[in-house]
Parts: sequence; structure tokens; C-alpha cells
Amino acid sequence: MSDITLTDGVYVRPEFVHKSLGAAGHGEVERRLTWFERISNVEPLRKFSVLILVIVIWQLYTTIWDVHELMFPTFSDTFVALIDSVVNGGLLENVWNSISVLLKGYAIGICIAAVLVVLGVTTRFGDDLLTTLTAMLNPLPAIALLPMAMIWFGLGEDAIIFTLLHSIIWPVALNTHVGFKSVSETLRAVGQNYNLRGVMFIAKILVPAAFPAILTGLRIGWAFAWRTLIAAELVFGGQVQDTSGQLGAEGSNSGGLGWIIFQNQMENQTPYVFAGLFTVIIVGIVIENFVFRNLEDRTVRRWGMQQA
Amino acid sequence: MVGTAANSATVPDIDPILDVSGVTLQYKTKEHLITATYRVDFKVFQSDRFVLLGPSGCGKSTLLKGVAGFMKPVEGTMKLKGNVISRPGPDRVMVFQEFDQLLPWKTVKQNITFALLNGGKCSSRGEADDIAMEYIRKVKLERFENTYPHMLSGGMKQRVAIARGMAMEPDILLMDEPFAALDALTRRQMQEELLQLWEDTKFTVLFVTHSIEEAVIIGSRILILSPHPGQVKAELNAHHLGHENVGETEFMALQERIHKMIFADRVLEDEA
Repeated sequence: MSDITLTDGVYVRPEFVHKSLGAAGHGEVERRLTWFERISNVEPLRKFSVLILVIVIWQLYTTIWDVHELMFPTFSDTFVALIDSVVNGGLLENVWNSISVLLKGYAIGICIAAVLVVLGVTTRFGDDLLTTLTAMLNPLPAIALLPMAMIWFGLGEDAIIFTLLHSIIWPVALNTHVGFKSVSETLRAVGQNYNLRGVMFIAKILVPAAFPAILTGLRIGWAFAWRTLIAAELVFGGQVQDTSGQLGAEGSNSGGLGWIIFQNQMENQTPYVFAGLFTVIIVGIVIENFVFRNLEDRTVRRWGMQQA
Repeated sequence: MVGTAANSATVPDIDPILDVSGVTLQYKTKEHLITATYRVDFKVFQSDRFVLLGPSGCGKSTLLKGVAGFMKPVEGTMKLKGNVISRPGPDRVMVFQEFDQLLPWKTVKQNITFALLNGGKCSSRGEADDIAMEYIRKVKLERFENTYPHMLSGGMKQRVAIARGMAMEPDILLMDEPFAALDALTRRQMQEELLQLWEDTKFTVLFVTHSIEEAVIIGSRILILSPHPGQVKAELNAHHLGHENVGETEFMALQERIHKMIFADRVLEDEA
């Protein structure tokens, strides 16, 4: 006989209360994952294996089909060229030249963007100015300004920095402004409640609260600027070649990474061109992973404003 | 404890901490100008647990914003210790319903020291640290002093917000439905803890809620507002009732009385 009764349309069963069994009552509570599972959870390792795969395909493709070196050098030739460029070709010096120009532009660009955004959040006119300017100028590729910049500032660092500013200011300003606008009413009220006003309010409430958006802006600005810089150096290479036949903007072998690529292409040194391209990629990855990723880990991830 | 028999004695006239008289508050939406409260009067005295109670649309949160200084009245005055309230300030600290009132980039302790240092309560970091720790202990979060808010549960976040508000030792603590977003079990626990904290320091609090039960438990005095626009309907005493009285006749009677006051309007509205 069942101990279930049907009472007023409800199946009534006997009540029960368990005594606590404690840990002994459980089966397995914790088990180490297998060796393979643990290895495959290491993200850099997985990404690195993709890189290895690409290199293997590259090497196989170029050797098996015997592709001409002028068209597409093998990975091993490129690697040798890269080492040679570092040791004998002053590659690192050129990389540093490129980066130092970029850093100057980046620093000035962020300052200008900051001024624009502060105006944008404090005054209505500033807001209109910033929104209109970003809408107008953000879609304009920075490199398109280089011809004019060369007329205004001559064939030198100034012209490149001017072009870089354009690729940095708008994405940084746009993202920061959007970030500021989306800071919650509650956080704003908290800031005001504790006497924060004006610049202090921006620095202590808006900037950290909008940091995920600001970081996105900084990243995009950096990536735009890096591409623009390499492109600008290539164009510069062409200009200098046409006018003086000299090496580099200042007549020395220090025209930057873009210059190296241009120069080697002129000399039909395709593995060295590839080595240059490779360096552009490596610098990009290093900055992304060591600078921005690190900044992200220390800020927005730590604060739980962005998921891992 | 709340609810136990207390000594009472007549006192001479005293000045209220907060004096709201004839306050009309209006705010604009994209299409309308809305009158949230109309000529509201009330006085909050030292150590009051003053509750603003009413259905949604009675302007209770707007009133609190007005007292906090985030809104200016179009009519009437609000005075804190005799001074007209004109802007937000650390003498009236607000605890919000939203969990995001904690600064996510600061730890539990830093959230409190941030308030103490910027609000002008402390001038040195060491002093701020000491006060912060004292209040962290009061809300029983010692183990979490260096934790970032996103690692905390909703109830813990509200406890930090309350600790931050109390650490400022404001003239009046403003609480805007601080427990409304919590689950029922946590809410009850938080109500008890708040009353315990009040027993310790006898702070003055202006508390907004739409829960009649919460009003009776938390409040020593309850201001009942009618909606559209918010007007004062009644001011009742509930200082003698707390958690331990839930379910008792007197508690139920007060709850029922308030319910009828609020519900009476609803019926009229429906008929109109």
C-alpha cells in the first residue's frame, strides 16, 4: 500500500527531515583535471600552437611549390633576414625610431582628446563641438592628410606626428565621451554627495567609471596610429627617394620601420621586406599583450567591470 | 530594544534636524512637466527613524532627492539644522537602492575612506582607515575589507553602502529603498542589522519604502503620502513596533490602518 493520499486534489506524502551526513556522505568532491585538459586551458599555449601551425603551412607551401623568393620567401629565409636585420641592418634602431615618434604623437593626442572631452562634458557648446567634429573627422583616414601635412610641415617628424594626432584624437575622444555619458546616475549622485565637483568629479568619478570605454579608445587610437605611422613612413620613403635619393628622412638609415620595408622592396630584397612586415606584427602583438592587456588586468578586470 | 516599554517624559520645544515646509517639487520628462510632490510639510527630529511611505508615484524618492540637494523645490523650503538646503553635501549622505552605488574601482575599505577624505570628514589617510575599519566591523565585513564590490553579494554591497554613509556621521542619513532589490531573507536580516546599528549610535535616518511592513518595522514615525501628486496624508507613530511584534495584534492593526489609507485613494482613482 502506498503512503500517498489524495486530499482535496493534492497528493499528500509523509514529511521527512534528513540528519546532516557531512562530507563523508558525499562521493568525489574535487578531482584534478587530466593533463591534457589542463594544458588546453592555457590560452597563450593554444594561441601559440595556432602560430606554429601557420608557420608550418607557410614553410611547406613555399618549399613544396618552390615559390620564387621575390614573390614569397620561405619562413626560414624570412627568419634569417630578420636576424640579419637585427644584427647588421639596424632594425631595432628603426623600430625604436618608429615607436618614439608614435609615443610623442600618442601623448600629445591624448592631451588634446582630454581637453576636448572635458569641454564636451562641462559645456553644451563643447558637447556639440566634440560630437560634430568626431562625426566629421573620425571616418577620414589619417594617411589621407599626409600630403597636406607634408606641405604644411615639410618632410619631417612634424608632418608624421600631425597625421598621427588625427588617428589618435578622434577614437580616444569619441570613446571617452560615450563612456562618460553612460556613467550611471547613481555614481554621479554619489560623487556629488561627497563634494566632488568640476575637474575633481571628472578625475575621481567619470574617468574610472568610464575606464572600459576609455581603454577601448586608447587601444583603437594606438592601432590606428601604428598603421598610419608605417604607411606614412612608406610614403615618406617614396618622397625622399624621388627628391634626393638619400636613405631615410634625415639622410641616415633611421627612417623607421616603414622606411625599411620600402627600402628593401626597392632593392628587391623580399625576405627583408617580409622581415619588416613581421616586425610590424610583432610590435603590434607585444604592445597589445604586454601593455594594454596588462593595463586591462590591473584595472577593469580587477574591478569586475569586464569579464575575463 | 525597539518595541520594549520605554521611559517617556514631556520635553520642551526642540528644533528639528530637518524642516520641510510647503515643498512642491517638479521634474521634466521629455514631454511633460510633472509635479511630484505638492506642498509637503514634515519635520524630522534627532534620532528619528522617519519613514516616507506611499505607493509609486507619490513622490517619496523625489522628496529624498530634494533633501539630498539633487533637486530644488519650486515652492517652499527645506532646512537642515536651520540652513536652507541648496546643493548636495556630505552632511546628508544618501544610500541608494542600486547596487552600483559603490565605486567598482575601489575596495570595500577604499570606498569608505574615499567618502571620508573627499567629504571632508578626515584629513589624513590613517585617520580615515581607522574610521573605515570601525564601520566595516559594525556591518560585519572585516573579512572583506580588501575585496572589490563585484565580488560581494547584493546584501553585502548594501551593508558597505550603509557603512560608508554612517562613517560620514551625517546630520541625517537618507535611504532610498535600500533593501528593495534584496531577496526576502536578506532583507529581513538587513532590517534587523540596521535597527541594531541604530541602537548603537542613534543616528537620524530618513527612509523611503513602499512596503508597509518595512515601514512599521524600521520606522519610529511614518509619513504617509498619497499619489499624483504626492501630498501628506498622515503622520503616524511606530516607534513601539519592531520585528518581534510582527504578527501581533497591534502591528497588524497599524498595518491594516495604513493599508486602508493608501488603498482608499486607489478605489477613488479607479472609480474616477
